[in-house]
Amino acid sequence: MATRTFGEPVQRNIDDRLLTGQGHYIDDIDLPSVAHAAFLRSPFARAKITSIDVSAARAHPGVLGVFTCDNIGHIDQDLPLLIPHPCLVGPRTQRPLARGDVYYVGQTVAMVVAVDRYTAEDAVRLIEVDYDPLPVSVELEDAAADGANLVHEDVAGNVAAHFVQNSGDAAAAFARADHVTKITVRVERSTAAPMEGRAVCARWDRITEQLMVWDSTQAPISVRGGLASLFDIDEDRVRVVAPDVGGGFGQKVLFFYPEEVLVPMAAIQLDRPVKWIEDRTENFIGSTQERTQVHTIELAATKDGEVLGLRDFFLHDTGSFIPYGIAIAQVASTSIAGPYRIPNIEVEFKAIYTPTVPVTPYRGCGRPQACFAIERAMDKLAEELGLDRFEVRRRNFIAPDQFPWKREGLLFADGLAVCYDSGEYDTALSKAAEAIGLDRLDEMKADARARGKYLGLGLGFYVEGTGLGPYEGGHVRIHPITGKIYVNTGLSTQGQGHDTVFAQIAADQLGVDPSDVIVVEGDTGAFDWGVATFASRAAVVSGNAIHKAASKAREMVIEAAANMLEAAPGDIELAEGKARISGSDRAVTLAEVATATNPLRYAFNKAAQSATQFAPASKHDGPPLADGKAPGIEVTDYYSPPYSTWAYGCHAALVEVDPALCTVDIRQYVCVHDCGNMINPMIVEGQVIGGMAQGLGGALYEKVQYDQDGNPRNAGFMDFLMPYATEMPKVDIVHMETPSPLNPLGIKGVGEAGTIAVPATIISGIEDALKPLGAGHFHEAPVFPHMIFEKLGGADQAKAS
Amino acid sequence: MSKMHVKMTVNGKPVEGLAEPRTLLIHFLREDLNLTGPHIGCDTSHCGACTVDLDGKSVKSCTVFVAQANGAEVTTIEGIANPDGTLHALQEAFREHHGLQCGFCTPGMITRAHRLLQENPNPTEAEIRMGISGNLCRCTGYQNIVKSITAAAEQLASMKEAAE
Repeated sequence: MATRTFGEPVQRNIDDRLLTGQGHYIDDIDLPSVAHAAFLRSPFARAKITSIDVSAARAHPGVLGVFTCDNIGHIDQDLPLLIPHPCLVGPRTQRPLARGDVYYVGQTVAMVVAVDRYTAEDAVRLIEVDYDPLPVSVELEDAAADGANLVHEDVAGNVAAHFVQNSGDAAAAFARADHVTKITVRVERSTAAPMEGRAVCARWDRITEQLMVWDSTQAPISVRGGLASLFDIDEDRVRVVAPDVGGGFGQKVLFFYPEEVLVPMAAIQLDRPVKWIEDRTENFIGSTQERTQVHTIELAATKDGEVLGLRDFFLHDTGSFIPYGIAIAQVASTSIAGPYRIPNIEVEFKAIYTPTVPVTPYRGCGRPQACFAIERAMDKLAEELGLDRFEVRRRNFIAPDQFPWKREGLLFADGLAVCYDSGEYDTALSKAAEAIGLDRLDEMKADARARGKYLGLGLGFYVEGTGLGPYEGGHVRIHPITGKIYVNTGLSTQGQGHDTVFAQIAADQLGVDPSDVIVVEGDTGAFDWGVATFASRAAVVSGNAIHKAASKAREMVIEAAANMLEAAPGDIELAEGKARISGSDRAVTLAEVATATNPLRYAFNKAAQSATQFAPASKHDGPPLADGKAPGIEVTDYYSPPYSTWAYGCHAALVEVDPALCTVDIRQYVCVHDCGNMINPMIVEGQVIGGMAQGLGGALYEKVQYDQDGNPRNAGFMDFLMPYATEMPKVDIVHMETPSPLNPLGIKGVGEAGTIAVPATIISGIEDALKPLGAGHFHEAPVFPHMIFEKLGGADQAKAS
Repeated sequence: MSKMHVKMTVNGKPVEGLAEPRTLLIHFLREDLNLTGPHIGCDTSHCGACTVDLDGKSVKSCTVFVAQANGAEVTTIEGIANPDGTLHALQEAFREHHGLQCGFCTPGMITRAHRLLQENPNPTEAEIRMGISGNLCRCTGYQNIVKSITAAAEQLASMKEAAE
């Protein structure tokens, strides 16, 4: 039998290239006579443009083109609203280059294309723009308040969307509750900060009339569709390739970003390849961000701690535009009840415009905020009822035999009712308690006290709807010369290891080593049906599509091999790159099968010559290629999930606070998670721990800050603090595998799993640690040392001691 | 802008070229020498994706003028593998322990770790974490990077022992 690689920590196919500096990120693409773009960006959060003078820039030696809204043709229009929704009351999207108004610091006003980036930047500084600045309300609550300065003059109250969803009858639940717990939590804005910023390179080929675009994107097919529409050319004439991409985390899905449209336009207009590589400052002011939400959440409970109802109202900061519609707020609002039964839910949100960088999903997409709200509320409920934090959760978990658990009335981001498919929540909680050493907690606390520190237990439970539809495809082909398996899918990778897990899936069906499977994705020239990489969906949706296609290819191989070997199909097994009669050494290689199934008579190579030694691969009569059949072994299939599959997990941490320095030290961190069957546990762990580093940023370090005029205050790695190796604790991972009943492989997504629960976990640990000092509640994320200082009495306390 | 003549040894080979005085070393390496392994991640010397070895020290080549490297010995990720073309123990360890995901920080991370293990062949976990605290990674959470460097240190030590 063939060795199954599903579930094995198979090493990655891509690594040798990346380890030796042979990756090809967009800035590594060296096209002859390529020109370089640079952008002039708004220095004001909100202003009227009264004049733009580009004459000096245009005259600068080496400049090939200077563009404003006046010379970009018909792409001078509002970019598409990607996900419309009826609750959007004032949807606004950005124009490629500002016309008349600017809405945030960093908005693109003009583009210069020159012989090199140095020259382009020099010329940008020669453009003169007169602005008439307008007053702004920058903070979310200020922008939502009566009389706030408006971002868009015609959008009253800065309200972009207002939505209420109900499941069950929350009012009735609150009326009969013994106890109501109410808290307000605030989560701040962060940014994905992939190590490679965004990047676009475009070439217009006059001979083939093809627009070739290399884009550091998570959504090449959608980018192609958008470009073809904007430029009014056939999709077949536009090819978009996402080559090696240096991280994405949601920021690179698509906005449409102005540069993504303008660079190809310049390449066409100038008839010369054009490249733009985002610098780090641009990434902070020109690439989307996420997270600011303020939730007021109420739980209606019995005196035993059973939660009967939940009400949540929240404000969501959408920045200056809302190209994704309500996606983030919708995910937050539908994840709000976490792993708990809570049968009655009322959730309402307002998405508010602020004069800041536009907001689109960043790894987690509303879930970290929802998790922070519900988990902090559960802790408060436990405290108020005098119950143990673990026990109050246990009393409310959906039990394993209660799945599927549907929240009728709550529509998830895929437009379908929220329905959790499987899980063992109680077991996950127990495993977390065991792994963190709950029975030694008092001892650990006493030990910390002896050293002048305070130790607390952090706890956070999350659920994550993953693997959203509508669909992805898989294309599997066996190469007749090498016998290698070629696999394509439409979405793209940003380092997750798709090339390896997709290879494992195909390899298992066809009896080859995963290193003999060549995965090409993120290239519309290779496969152009599909959606994109987001929402922890690639393994689930593309993985199952590839599995289905490879299964069919397997059947084709078995049928052809049985004919070639004059055996019964049931006696054929696939292993080591061959189809073999079980228990014998009679075999044909996959290359021979692929050759023999193609009725072409040229014997190009050894496989073709040896294929002729066998009986024909097909038994049909008539023309060489049977009616309705295609040559070779090649299959395309699709997978469309019935609804999202829900992963979950439990984080626990021992968090030590130094009351003198107000610093936080994470002594131990445990993550129990369940993403269904694991294709490759090594890659799963990588995803989880990497996600946790971003969660850690959101818990203790990362906050995109604006001053009252809307100027970014920390738009660089000097001031925006991301975890280095010295900040990140060692993490212990406990895997659980409850298969998803929704898809053939039984898998769930894991891309965002690590991120979601970290702020709830660490910050609850800080609160627990400082309880003996009467520090009170911590309901904001991230927690900075000065916030601990203030909770501990601030300057007064410091003076007194 | 007038250009200046620069000469240096890169990955053991003598190279020379003409560059504007304001040209950064990273641009000279990437644009003129086509060594695109070192990357530009921040332009402000915080992320370390551009880390190269300059006369036996790790430097961030985005904040070194090419003029400052005139006459120097430079090693980039392209010069780390063994002379016979096989992967260096660090590169092997990064693959084996999944010390990379998107790979963008990896060249700088490995070049830095390469120097670190020469400075301190037997580092503790804390010393490794401190030793790479000038290099950002947004994908891995560092745990597997630390594991990779630890494993490479052990491998290099046992190779050295075997050779003695």
